Amino acid sequence: MAQPLAKKDDDRDDEAEYSPFIGIEKGSVLQEARVFNDPQLDPRRCSQVITKLLYLLNQGESFTKVEATEVFFSVTKLFQSKDLGLRRMVYLIIKELSPSADEVIIVTSSLMKDMNSKTDMYRANAIRVLCRITDGTLLTQIERYLKQAIVDKNHVVASAALVSGVHLLQTNPEIVKRWSNEVQESVQSRAGLVQFHALALLHQIRQNDRLAVSKLVTSLTRGTVRSPLAQCLLIRYTSQVIRESGQNTQTGERPFYNYLDSCLRHKAEMVIFEAARAITELSGVTNQELTPAITVLQLFLNSSKPVLRFAAVRTLNKVAMTHPMAVTNCNIDMESLISDQNRSIATLAITTLLKTGNESSVDRLMKQITNFMSDIADEFKIVVVEAIRSLCLKFPLKYRALMNFLSSILREEGGFEYKKAIVDSIVILIRDIPEAKESGLFHLCEFIEDCEFTYLSTQILHFLGNEGPKTSDPSKYIRYIYNRVILENATVRASAVSTLAKFGALVDSLKPRIFVLLRRCLFDSDDEVRDRATLYLNTIGGDGSVGETDKDVKDFLFGSLDVPLANLETCLKNYEPSEESFDIDSVPKEVKSQPLAEKKAPGKKPAALGALPTGPTSTIDAYEKLLSSIPEFSGFGQLFKSSVPMELTEAETEYSVNVVKHIYDGHVVFQFNCTNTIPEQLLENVCVIMDATEAEEFSEVASKPLRSLPYDSPGQTFVAFEKPVGVPAVGKFSNMLKFIVKEVDPATGETDEDGVEDEYQLEDLEVLPADYILKVGVSNFRNAWESMGPDNERVDEYGLGARESLTEAVNAVINILGMQPCEGTEVVPNNSRSHTCLLAGVFIGNAKVLVRLSFGIDGPKQVAMKLAVRSEDETVSDAIHEIIASG
Amino acid sequence: MANFGTYQESCPSIKNILLLDSEGKRVAIKYYSDDWPTLNAKLAFEKSVFTKTQKTNARTEAEIAMLDNNIIVYKFVQDLHFFVTGGDDENELILSTVLQGFFDAVALLLRSNVDKREALENLDLILLCLDEIVDGGMVLETDAHVIAGKVASHSMDAGAPLSEQTISQALATAREHLTRSLLKAAGGFHVFAFHYGYRLFFAASRPTHTQQVIVCAGLWNSV
Repeated sequence: MAQPLAKKDDDRDDEAEYSPFIGIEKGSVLQEARVFNDPQLDPRRCSQVITKLLYLLNQGESFTKVEATEVFFSVTKLFQSKDLGLRRMVYLIIKELSPSADEVIIVTSSLMKDMNSKTDMYRANAIRVLCRITDGTLLTQIERYLKQAIVDKNHVVASAALVSGVHLLQTNPEIVKRWSNEVQESVQSRAGLVQFHALALLHQIRQNDRLAVSKLVTSLTRGTVRSPLAQCLLIRYTSQVIRESGQNTQTGERPFYNYLDSCLRHKAEMVIFEAARAITELSGVTNQELTPAITVLQLFLNSSKPVLRFAAVRTLNKVAMTHPMAVTNCNIDMESLISDQNRSIATLAITTLLKTGNESSVDRLMKQITNFMSDIADEFKIVVVEAIRSLCLKFPLKYRALMNFLSSILREEGGFEYKKAIVDSIVILIRDIPEAKESGLFHLCEFIEDCEFTYLSTQILHFLGNEGPKTSDPSKYIRYIYNRVILENATVRASAVSTLAKFGALVDSLKPRIFVLLRRCLFDSDDEVRDRATLYLNTIGGDGSVGETDKDVKDFLFGSLDVPLANLETCLKNYEPSEESFDIDSVPKEVKSQPLAEKKAPGKKPAALGALPTGPTSTIDAYEKLLSSIPEFSGFGQLFKSSVPMELTEAETEYSVNVVKHIYDGHVVFQFNCTNTIPEQLLENVCVIMDATEAEEFSEVASKPLRSLPYDSPGQTFVAFEKPVGVPAVGKFSNMLKFIVKEVDPATGETDEDGVEDEYQLEDLEVLPADYILKVGVSNFRNAWESMGPDNERVDEYGLGARESLTEAVNAVINILGMQPCEGTEVVPNNSRSHTCLLAGVFIGNAKVLVRLSFGIDGPKQVAMKLAVRSEDETVSDAIHEIIASG
Repeated sequence: MANFGTYQESCPSIKNILLLDSEGKRVAIKYYSDDWPTLNAKLAFEKSVFTKTQKTNARTEAEIAMLDNNIIVYKFVQDLHFFVTGGDDENELILSTVLQGFFDAVALLLRSNVDKREALENLDLILLCLDEIVDGGMVLETDAHVIAGKVASHSMDAGAPLSEQTISQALATAREHLTRSLLKAAGGFHVFAFHYGYRLFFAASRPTHTQQVIVCAGLWNSV
């Protein structure tokens, strides 16, 4: 190859930073663009100017509207030139300039001429340009040519038309759908890429027609597919069909599995990998089905190409989450990848190994990881730490090695996220593995001695306060904690004071010494620290004033608030100083649902500690405020629960109405949110007539009509019913919206004097048992269950009949009961035959309820359920059973 | 597996193709997805891609990295860095096929003389090349020879090799370059001509000034 003639001695200046575009300026290039208007076009020069314009655009320079229009118009002149190279550049710049609709007209005819040209290059490119810049109206004019182009014998032209079809389908689906015969024809094309493009377009045209997609897949998997890309596409569509055709057929043969399996022996790696990945992602894949896919992926692990290794290890990593045993065969190959040059591959290999490793391999693995940790980025380290945490939970006996590893990486350099991941992991291990507690706490103490993150220090101090006093020798932690009081910033000092107090309250032998330390804190420079010290000295009784019982003190120090902080905050704000002290029981416990943006309390002041997040006012507070402002309902007592809004009208009807059910102890208030969607109407005296013949236990006590309901400004009307106190009465109501209509002139806004009475039928609404149960989760279900005791336990078994899957059955029961699933038990693992789901809630009358549901499914999809209920009141336990029995 | 359903129903798609220099500056780029709506977002993405991959050795085999839920395959040669980006559910091997197609096509078009300077001097070819590989995110062609053929030959009687350019075309090009060169002949300069992938070199080794001019003049007369 000839070398450019650049000579060091001659060209030193040029060579350093030579670029043909050096010193290029938009203004001067735009000037140069005037050559496009010359009567005698110089194609070479014009091409160069276009290249310069494209260079500017590529560098991120933007043209103003005027500049772009000017360039565009002069570029259109270049269609006169017959120069092929120039024409290519013209196509390119037209696409880059993306002209507006009125400008497009100018080039349409030129492009249409090119579309019918004899030169294939013109045809292909003109199609792509025109389809890129055109809008729907023009499309009907050129549709005929596009259809021809799709079946053009030149495959570049066909591909251009097909790909343009894919893009146009997004904007003009009805036109593109008319081409399906032509597209169908080109799916059979002999040119690989035409087939690929045709397949993509045909599938998109038919994607909503399952049967058609299934037919397409069936015929193609038997036929010949020429290009690897088309083959990949077909694999994707096949797995879609498999997914939608549901579970295995009766014989256990999965449809199309053989096709995927045969693709594993394709000659293109791209196809092999696509097929292997598709197999691993089949829902409910069996080990037998997995094996061939894992085998080819294992081969890829040893490839010399990093991309191939990465693809394989990433897929295996995903498989390891669900089928760790299937991946163990690859462990040896995976271990050699730990030293891979590419750190992404190494990290994926490590985390996969951590998922699949067995107990005996842990030590060896840890040794390898230690060497590896020092030279990867924090983001990878976090992934590794998380994998180690789950490994430790899997093999609790190995905690010593893993805990040591965590503590050693905790001492090394690292950012906040990384350190937080390690601390979180240690905390979780301490909680779940009792033997690990002492060493874990010790590691954390070491860490806070030299910790630059306030957040982590306070978290650890808090944790230490809860766990430390219960260890065999609590006194050894005091030194670390008091060091914080001496050395750290105010936030950390304050939490160290709290931690000291906890030790003082629980460990009697340490009490006198703790008091000494706390008294020293009374002279701290920060008021929060002083306040806390004073508070604790008084509560624990350091000043001799034994005012409270020991239990109270411990509750105060260790008890967590059982109400959401956001709710407490709003209640405190509403509290007005009076004789009556603030009652924390009056704070609603409902977990906040969607925030009601428009009712946000104005002028929020920052929360006292500065640490409390100023959460959005929850819906229930807004409802409570609204309801208590209505005198008719003020005597109903404390609001127990408000349901989510339920639509009583179809979407886009004249009037849109939804209802919210507010449950009180002895009453139910229905709040109808009405919206008038007709600009020509004003509604007055709007009320809802509720027929309670199918709700015998309810009797109407009050109703509050809505005075006027103008266009598009929602208003509320209420109806209140009385019901037996504390009883979860259920019933069905049929509803009618009644109002007076007045005509409005939308132009002037004037309203007619006379109105006409009218009615509008709404959908029925029901009060269900779930309306009487609050979703309140518990963090540790087992503890809550044990502490509730078996006294009020009721157990029974139910048959749920045939169900599609366990997931469906579990969701159905959760919905009927309206309780909060705990510990993620609402998720049913794929393919499991039995499942246990834990629910918690509060029944009307403030009785806590815990439910343990055990599901089993047998061959013909019959689901059976064992329901065990514990609650504070046996009638409540019975009530839950009644709900299920009647539901 | 949150995106379980989405990718499998969609075509393989390319989010962008980048050609950066050894400092991370743009040589040629093309974005096909709206993931980076503004110029700043694009530049920030390019910067993080460049810094993340800078220290790796992607000169013999294409390398791969993940960045914010995107997969990036890349390959370096001389002072040019080639990148192809796809979503994190994309088949990595499809992305690498596209990268290889682009990389090889550029090598063909630049006559294996692949560096930043050559790339900028033939920027029109690079841009046409990008245009022929991917259209709006959809893969158009991955065979480097076909791509280079489409770009260089200016016609689609495919496979018409570059060398079939007529001698008169070549000479016309050369003449033009000579005229320009002679006009700015004040300092030390070298003469070379290029036109759409066809370059004529007038001397193979360090000719003197006079020699160059003589060669030029000779050519000038012959045309």
